[in-house]
Amino acid sequence: MELDRLIHERVRLGLLSALAAGGPLAFSELKEIVGTTDGNLSVHARKLEDARYIVCNKGFDGRTPRTEYNITAKGRRALKRYLDHMEALIRAAREATDSK
Amino acid sequence: MLRSLARRKLCNIKYLTKLKNRLIVRPMRAKDATSNGPIALDRRAIDNLRFIRETMERAVAFTAVSGWGLILTGVVACVAGVLAARTDDRRAWLEVWLGAAAIGFSVSALAMWRKARRSQTSLLSKPGRKLMINFSPPISAAVLLTAALVRSEQFDLLPAMWMLLYGAGVTTGGAFSVRPVPLMGVCFMLMGAFALFGGSAWRDGLMVASFGGLHLVFGFLIARKYGG
Repeated sequence: MELDRLIHERVRLGLLSALAAGGPLAFSELKEIVGTTDGNLSVHARKLEDARYIVCNKGFDGRTPRTEYNITAKGRRALKRYLDHMEALIRAAREATDSK
Repeated sequence: MLRSLARRKLCNIKYLTKLKNRLIVRPMRAKDATSNGPIALDRRAIDNLRFIRETMERAVAFTAVSGWGLILTGVVACVAGVLAARTDDRRAWLEVWLGAAAIGFSVSALAMWRKARRSQTSLLSKPGRKLMINFSPPISAAVLLTAALVRSEQFDLLPAMWMLLYGAGVTTGGAFSVRPVPLMGVCFMLMGAFALFGGSAWRDGLMVASFGGLHLVFGFLIARKYGG
């Protein structure tokens, strides 16, 4: 099993986790949850968009522009695979410790 | 003189001069007394899983409060306001509002539970627990003060006290939720302050405006912007 390097990075992992739990979230909400800057969030969100793990919807809330992100089915599967990978690592380490 | 200079090569003069105080360049990374080598993979995996869980909990906090639940609570408060205004008996007035509070609380809790279930989260998650822990003390104080004020027949103080303490609970509990929630709490407290110092004559009107109007306005806002 190979580690998905795209979501192994902390900000991108945070973005996917937040969207998986909180549904569609606005740019400002994501920034607050992940705790990063506008520029950093944009760059990492773009990478996840390019991989089709998330989708970006741009619209207006009255006259204010609103950028909203949502996780795709592919992104949800990738996060699940990543979680499985982490659990497998922990399990393997436990088994190795027990066998000693 | 010239011979001694010739013996000292220029490179030695310029670059290999001895410094009186030796420069000590300290490593930028702080010394970690506990680590004796690279971090184990399983420890990193545990750390990653913890990070995912905490991020998910923070994200859920943004959507935990149900807007539709608040709207229904607002409707219940409006109906209670109409019923309470029709009665002159203070005990009956109190029963109407206590009944409305019980119905409103149940409706809100049910709506929150349904919203949490829809987003596949638990109300007993960390943000949910934080909300309850911060909301409970002012509400418990309100219950005790209600009993004390009813016992001393000071019914006129009840609406202001309810608005102030409910507002305090919503403000502190709402600190872990979407921004409209603590803002609603502040509005309740402002209306409570007004009722306390000048608005006792409009007791029922203020109750409907706060428990009815504020719940309807903010409930609609949350339902529209934060997924129900």
